[in-house]
Amino acid sequence: MSEPTDKGTIRLVHLYPREMSIYGDLGNTRCLAKRIVRHGYSVEVINHNPGDPFPADAHLFLGGGGQDSGQARVEEDLERNADALRSLAADGAPMLMICGMYQLFGNAFVTVEGARLPGLGILDVTTRGNADRMIGPIVLDTVVGTVVGYENHSGSTTLAAGQDAFGTVAYGSGNNGQDGTEGARTHNVIGSYLHGPILPANPGLADLLIGLAAERATGRVFEPEPLRDSVADEARTRQIRRLLGA
Amino acid sequence: MASRFRGGGGSAFPGLVAERIDPRFLEHALAGVRSIIVVTGTNGKTTTTRMLVALLRAHGLRVVTNPTGSNFTRGVISSILQEAPLSGRVKADAAVLELDEAHALRFTEVITPTHSLLLNVARDQLDRFAEIDHTARLLETLASQTRTGVVLNIDDPYVSRARAAIQPSAEIRYFGLDESIAHRLPEVCEADVRFDEDYISPDAGEGAGLLQPRDERTFDIVVSGGDSVGPVTLQQRGLAAMINATAAATTARLVLGPAFRSETAAAALAAVQPPFGRGEVVDVDGRPLELVLVKNPAGFTVALSTYGSTPVATMIAINDDYADGRDVSWLYDVSFESLRDTGVSMTSGVRAYDMALRLEYDDVEVERIEPDLVTALDRFLAAHPDEPKRLFCTYTAMMALRRTLASRYDLPEFGEEG
Repeated sequence: MSEPTDKGTIRLVHLYPREMSIYGDLGNTRCLAKRIVRHGYSVEVINHNPGDPFPADAHLFLGGGGQDSGQARVEEDLERNADALRSLAADGAPMLMICGMYQLFGNAFVTVEGARLPGLGILDVTTRGNADRMIGPIVLDTVVGTVVGYENHSGSTTLAAGQDAFGTVAYGSGNNGQDGTEGARTHNVIGSYLHGPILPANPGLADLLIGLAAERATGRVFEPEPLRDSVADEARTRQIRRLLGA
Repeated sequence: MASRFRGGGGSAFPGLVAERIDPRFLEHALAGVRSIIVVTGTNGKTTTTRMLVALLRAHGLRVVTNPTGSNFTRGVISSILQEAPLSGRVKADAAVLELDEAHALRFTEVITPTHSLLLNVARDQLDRFAEIDHTARLLETLASQTRTGVVLNIDDPYVSRARAAIQPSAEIRYFGLDESIAHRLPEVCEADVRFDEDYISPDAGEGAGLLQPRDERTFDIVVSGGDSVGPVTLQQRGLAAMINATAAATTARLVLGPAFRSETAAAALAAVQPPFGRGEVVDVDGRPLELVLVKNPAGFTVALSTYGSTPVATMIAINDDYADGRDVSWLYDVSFESLRDTGVSMTSGVRAYDMALRLEYDDVEVERIEPDLVTALDRFLAAHPDEPKRLFCTYTAMMALRRTLASRYDLPEFGEEG
């Protein structure tokens, strides 16, 4: 496929790809990198590993789900770069944090035993360890339309008063299986439990993040190309129909 | 027995009955069997079990096994029932049992294995086992409960780190890749990210079996302090099958001791037929159709590197039932770039569109998408009458497609394998 002329370079950071990408979340990075190029921009993908210099000049940040051991391995690095991440978030940098990284972007994770592990506090949410896992396909209503994915988490997350959710649950459990909310959104930081991975099947969300990143990278409004998403749309529509019966 | 009827799938039923009759059934039935060998791990259990059984039988042992691969305690009971005379006691020298990680521990609550073979730990159906750290702990527990000998994959950190838990009375043997092909390790082993330091494998020691491939099907097993086995040419292609053979031969050598004969072992391995869906070939109007079961990233990646080198017409069928893995995220942990040159003729199954979307992101062209499995198979076969064909499918898609193929072509009877 011939790509349109270069509109600028977007630097995309995958936080802790080794420790925090166990449920195919790498697919989000693949998806964004491909779509950035299809929209006529250049992309530089930076894999940020614990101990690496923090790429504070990047335009788009991604994080995924991990196991408890993986989470323990990244906490120190996250703490060292907490201020940089907080100021990027406050400045409107787009970020998508899935599952484990969503929890770490919250205020705290309280284990089943009651120990309180502090998070970055970028999202005003608190997660509690739970005996039961919330597992299964999920459908949400969000600002970018209906979003499908797969959730698999034992943490039960509660939004503080005034904290926006990412979406409303139409099928599945969401943050806690109780209040119908899923994920959280502050400025352009989105936290969510959705694997699937979330972006390939929901290209509208991918383009929302790319658009915000493009503006930060170039100082101009996003200049998208018309992309053919018929396969993604069909995959998503079929899941919605299957789960909601509509 | 129900499992011998056409259509299979019912092999757990007689086991259920026996479990109700006598929960200690297995203990009683296996009381006279000298070696109780448990084979477990994420990938390769069915193939390795089959190979180990062949190796022990070739050395003259009477062996019972759970050949239908319904690798749950009940499935084990079903197959033992078929072997047991009216006394209920199995007359055999060895029982070789394929068990998945969780069920291996339910089994060891009743029976203490003499030997266990721990193949590997990979991401597999995370909605069942939740996390691979957890799976690794299950294997460690199994190793700690094994009495006489444990065989460990030296290249898999999750497996080889289980050595710390093994009883002092039990012997440890390793199998793995020879240094000459160590560069292919990332294809077959999951990185262990639980620790800061890089994984350094332990000293292989006496009796370890190391794989030295000659090509995609022929190899030698080099043994420290013993005769090497080979060259062996398997009926199945690929690195995964050769590693399974190495694991089986290393275990057979441990179980048999001085009675182990390298020539006997080589001949036995060469004769093993691949289990259903593991590179099985169906003759479709004079052209081969290869069936390849895929169920996790490591397995799919190895399958692509094994089969990807010969260009054939390709169909991929992905379902998302419990047995397939309900979360299709794992498809994004597999690279499909090796299919770029030939493209994919058809994607099918409940998640046909998700599979096509995945391929789109690797720039692999997809000719057709048809979620209905039988319609897709018909179109796929009709579109490529004169070419060799290959079908990658998840478990329930494999079951359905194989049923259709069995009604039309010459296929052996099958039971439910996992």
